[in-house]
Amino acid sequence: MSIFEYNGSALVAMVGKNCFAIASDRRLGVQLQTIATDFQRIFKIHDKLFLGLSGLGSDAQTLHQRLVFRHKLYQLREERDMKPETFASLVSAVLYEKRFGPYFCQPVIAGLGDDDKPFICTMDSIGAKELAKDFVVAGTASESLYGACESMFKPDMEHEELFETISQALLSSVDRDCLSGWGGHVYLVTPTEVTERILKGRMD
Amino acid sequence: MPSKTMDVPKTGFSFDLCRRNDMLTKKGLRSPSYLKTGTTIVGLIFENGVILGADTRATEGPIVADKNCEKIHYMAPNIYCCGAGTAADTEAVTDNISSQLKLHRYHTGRESRVVTALTLLKSHLFRYQGHVSAALVLGGVDVTGPHLHTIYPHGSTDTLPFATMGSGSLAAMAIFESEYREGLTRDEGVNLVTKAICSGIFNDLGSGSNVDVCVIEKGKKEYLRNHLTPNPRTYISERGYTFSKKAEVLLTKITPLKELVHVVEVGGDAMEE
Repeated sequence: MSIFEYNGSALVAMVGKNCFAIASDRRLGVQLQTIATDFQRIFKIHDKLFLGLSGLGSDAQTLHQRLVFRHKLYQLREERDMKPETFASLVSAVLYEKRFGPYFCQPVIAGLGDDDKPFICTMDSIGAKELAKDFVVAGTASESLYGACESMFKPDMEHEELFETISQALLSSVDRDCLSGWGGHVYLVTPTEVTERILKGRMD
Repeated sequence: MPSKTMDVPKTGFSFDLCRRNDMLTKKGLRSPSYLKTGTTIVGLIFENGVILGADTRATEGPIVADKNCEKIHYMAPNIYCCGAGTAADTEAVTDNISSQLKLHRYHTGRESRVVTALTLLKSHLFRYQGHVSAALVLGGVDVTGPHLHTIYPHGSTDTLPFATMGSGSLAAMAIFESEYREGLTRDEGVNLVTKAICSGIFNDLGSGSNVDVCVIEKGKKEYLRNHLTPNPRTYISERGYTFSKKAEVLLTKITPLKELVHVVEVGGDAMEE
């Protein structure tokens, strides 16, 4: 078994019209045994920048703490928040530093940049950036998420439609993955507000 | 000076997690696979410069992770570099050497030479004994004319009039071997590069999607991103997808974002003495 499959996870981010959504499942397991059903895999970096970390739960938390620390140092020095592109480069550098002994995490980064242009990106566990215009996925359910997003995604969705699309894509994908599920956690970010929703899902 | 405990950038790799990761591997937890560019990358010298070409597929095992990635990396205004192998390595090594070249230009006030880039790249790769798995095609035009080199992950290099690398290198080399000649014109060169990449796209499963081309001539360059798109998406639904039953929401929390306050300075007696 791969180390990525130890805890199980599903992560997806999608771009809409001047907005984005990032969603994850809520399960933390140890192989096939479920430990928690309210696990946090999406973290807020600042109001308009979110980070999702799939893979090994312990590494996700460690990496999150290091990245928050680095972001705070940046805020102190520059007196402003990081742009999503800059943050992606930071995450990439932090991961590549451990090229020969990596964190077992695959991050998903989503944020609103200058003039509220959405930015999404994912990486492998050693920081190879993969920029996308439409959607990015990560985690044990990534294969089914690719399929679901590929067929459900439409360009330039308004935020309510985007929420429905990302939720349906997530819920249908985790149903085909034993290791992730137990509902979903969706963040929908528009230039004026952040909406956080908990989704009901199957509990098997 | 940052203190030793501070988590601020140092140079070089950190091997902190190696022992833990080895322990996990010994317990039977397989280490992850990385994003690869199982690639077709090529380059050739034509009558007044160099042309580089690449496909745009990135893979993770058998999954296509990115259908339109960029594999022709910027090194200097007159030098570009195609990368194959582990995506993070090709990206990091070209970025790193690109910064070193820029600092070198600031120091000398001269245009970078292709051999300088070549030496920096090969010494980096040789130092890591092939563990930094980047296979590169480096091309550029400098004061001594057009140059094309290939660099292998262990640090060995070749200097060639036409070169291919990556999993599709055999398919691409078949085209070059049968059709390359000296003194190609620009258009002939671009067409030959495109044909070689297409041969990789259609005959090698690790390569796919579109063709990127970069033409470098004395004093000018042209980056033709998605020069040819032989595999457009054909399966888009006209009406999109509608959901008859909405996702069940258990909890909603809406946080309004604060408007940025613009501070307007009025008059000036507050700060004056």
